[in-house]
Amino acid sequence: MLTPLHKRLLNDFQRDFPLSSRPYLDIANTLGVSEEAVLSAFTELNDKHFISRIGPIIPPNQLGVSTLVAMAVPEQQLQTVADKISAYPEVNHNYEREHAFNLWFVAIASDAGHLQAVLESIEQETGYKTLSLPLLDDFFIDLGFKLDLHNA
Amino acid sequence: MLDARDRQLLELIQLGLPVCSRPYAEIGSELDMPEAEVIERLAELKQKGLIKRMGVIVKHQELGYRANAMIVWNVPDNLIKQLGGHISQFDFVTLCYQRPRQAEWPYNLYCMIHGKDRATVLAQLEQLNSTCGLAGFDREILFSRRCFKQRGAIYQRATSTSLTHG
Repeated sequence: MLTPLHKRLLNDFQRDFPLSSRPYLDIANTLGVSEEAVLSAFTELNDKHFISRIGPIIPPNQLGVSTLVAMAVPEQQLQTVADKISAYPEVNHNYEREHAFNLWFVAIASDAGHLQAVLESIEQETGYKTLSLPLLDDFFIDLGFKLDLHNA
Repeated sequence: MLDARDRQLLELIQLGLPVCSRPYAEIGSELDMPEAEVIERLAELKQKGLIKRMGVIVKHQELGYRANAMIVWNVPDNLIKQLGGHISQFDFVTLCYQRPRQAEWPYNLYCMIHGKDRATVLAQLEQLNSTCGLAGFDREILFSRRCFKQRGAIYQRATSTSLTHG
């Protein structure tokens, strides 16, 4: 279902996206297609949810303060608790994982006080404790992810 | 490091670059910032490392990478930089962080692996363990199950509405 153009757009422009007046035209020229074709291919990738967005990856804690939070929630209540947590605009990712700590989410706020208030609010609302694991060091140099799209 | 205009620009552009002929001009028009300044600021932020990378952010899950594991180890503090640096060099690794140990959670080194299936991820983990010398340390593998919410790291201002349902 992915065309060769889709595949190149997915793999070759995860970093160094052109910073020029007409970036999609630059990409088009690199790939030997029209700007129109690039624009419609990106629109399709967006519509099919194959890409989250085109944008910057910003190092943690440059904009606001964030933390990774773990909670241990009984299975039968997990969906309800998770829904309550997802409703917070400060929560970005919220996943079930296979562990006694079975609910993991990232919360980000403008400052440490706001972040603390969010965690306290979540504890009050759900009745379960939060385990906050803020970032101390980031070892990852993000160059993008090489996708194997042979069967895609 | 970030001035107020950089901040406004990043807050807006992290929602996604518009797919249109002059996307930076469109971003700029919302900030009352000329296109050339948008481009120049982004180039500077990238050069200073305040943008790690600028480009397409893919959805692994939708593209056939169905297995996602967070792996945590308890490693000695004096080795963590070296180990973290080594882990980060594998192209199947998508994050690598140090976080504080807690009483009920004794792990300090975290990495994320996205793979097509569970067996692949476990084989990649074996490769990490043997190549980086991680095999002797306590660890846990937490595969993801349900995704309740997934969104980019969108920065939220403290607003009156955001805490009212507590």
